[in-house]
Amino acid sequence: MDNCDYFGGTTIIAVEFDGGVVMGADSRTSCRTYVSNRSADKLTRITDHIYCCRSGSASQTQTLANTVAYAMNYYECSMGEPALVRDAAVHFRNKIYDSRQTMMASIIVAGWDRRHGGQVYSVPITGLMVHEPCAVAGSGAAYIQGFVTAHYRPGMQQADTVELVKNAVQLAIQHDCSSGGIVRLGVINEYGMDACVCCDKDPAMVKYANTLLWNLEFGIW
Amino acid sequence: MMNNSFAQPMWSNGPSPGQFYNFMGGNAPTQLPRELTTAGPFGTKHSTAAITTGSSVVGIKFDGGVLVAADTLVSYGSLARYQDIQRVFKINNNILLGGSGDFADIQSIKRNIDQKMIEDQCYNDGVIMKPGELASWLTRVLYNRRSRMNPLYIDVVVGGVDETGKPFLGNVDMRGRAYNDYVVATGFGRHLALPLVRERKPKDRDFTFEEATNLIRESMKVLYYRDTRSIPQYTVGICTAADCSIKGPFKVEENWTFAETVKGY
Repeated sequence: MDNCDYFGGTTIIAVEFDGGVVMGADSRTSCRTYVSNRSADKLTRITDHIYCCRSGSASQTQTLANTVAYAMNYYECSMGEPALVRDAAVHFRNKIYDSRQTMMASIIVAGWDRRHGGQVYSVPITGLMVHEPCAVAGSGAAYIQGFVTAHYRPGMQQADTVELVKNAVQLAIQHDCSSGGIVRLGVINEYGMDACVCCDKDPAMVKYANTLLWNLEFGIW
Repeated sequence: MMNNSFAQPMWSNGPSPGQFYNFMGGNAPTQLPRELTTAGPFGTKHSTAAITTGSSVVGIKFDGGVLVAADTLVSYGSLARYQDIQRVFKINNNILLGGSGDFADIQSIKRNIDQKMIEDQCYNDGVIMKPGELASWLTRVLYNRRSRMNPLYIDVVVGGVDETGKPFLGNVDMRGRAYNDYVVATGFGRHLALPLVRERKPKDRDFTFEEATNLIRESMKVLYYRDTRSIPQYTVGICTAADCSIKGPFKVEENWTFAETVKGY
């Protein structure tokens, strides 16, 4: 294992819904106990309709994603049609399985294609590939596995799935020290990927409220 | 000529590094301290590593007293287990103690300190312990434990005012190393908060209360952003000649508006 896992802690999740997939991730890159990047983007583009969530060693997963994106782009140019989600997952699996002694990469591939609709494939560290409707990974996954299992239902609509993913990542951020920051969400359907950031704290309000409380507690008026 | 390629021991029957040595001489066997021996059949031992830990504590001295701040988290490894814990304690009307490191050891030393405060009250002679005295006492206790290879895994900030109202701020670590300064911190605070505060220190005077509070707020914000073992909630102890109490919990003024502009890697 690396002396210092650059990307040791993460929470990533992807859930299928009727018409596409919702992906979520936290935004913390940690180097043991130091937060090296508090606004990381772990939802990485492979093609317009296929994204992957990366966890494990940051350098390894970034390089992997570059390689697979290149291969998928080549395929799309040669075939003249969008790539299948499963193909991207298989590419990840081949690379991770062949180098699993030296690699620490755990990927969730999520996307939409015309043949099978929204799909989520889990490719963990060991290099196995499995299609599951709802996948979590990363150090924060342990804390939300029960929550996700309890609240996931097959055939949910987009709004419910977004709520599930957002709440799950927020819970993981609350409990896992290696996950933190804001929740990054992405919804992939036939029209492409729509990313957003969930941050319900208005910094001006927080600052105002905190200043008020501070003045109150210390008796400064 | 004998080629002796192995280094010869420089002395015999004397102390060897890492071992307990019996300076009293004779054949008395060196024994582990009682608290480290357990009654297992195969000499079973429990880990004395820090497991439930508190992260940074920051203390700042200003012209009228001291402020000591710490977040309200005690982690269990990388699990943010106890999220509503006071880590800054009021010891008596003159002393604040901010504890970081293994929280069980903090509670243990605090029980001892509370006993001493009760003794003070029982004597009722108008003399109560001052912060510098508590810091000295802690140094001795921690150094002795460390010398017996059974440390209390703590790093504490001791702050307060003495009977004339003069502020005191010190830091004692698990090996018994202590020092005083106008700003002290433990853990990540040492890397992130100390430079931040030292940069803003006016050369010719102490901080004002206003400046100290702003520095505390900024330090806690930076610590929340950059320390994984932290949460955005903290308490602040204030000790002046007039008042000694713990205020809070306050929230970190976190700002994530720029995160939307970050895409990809």
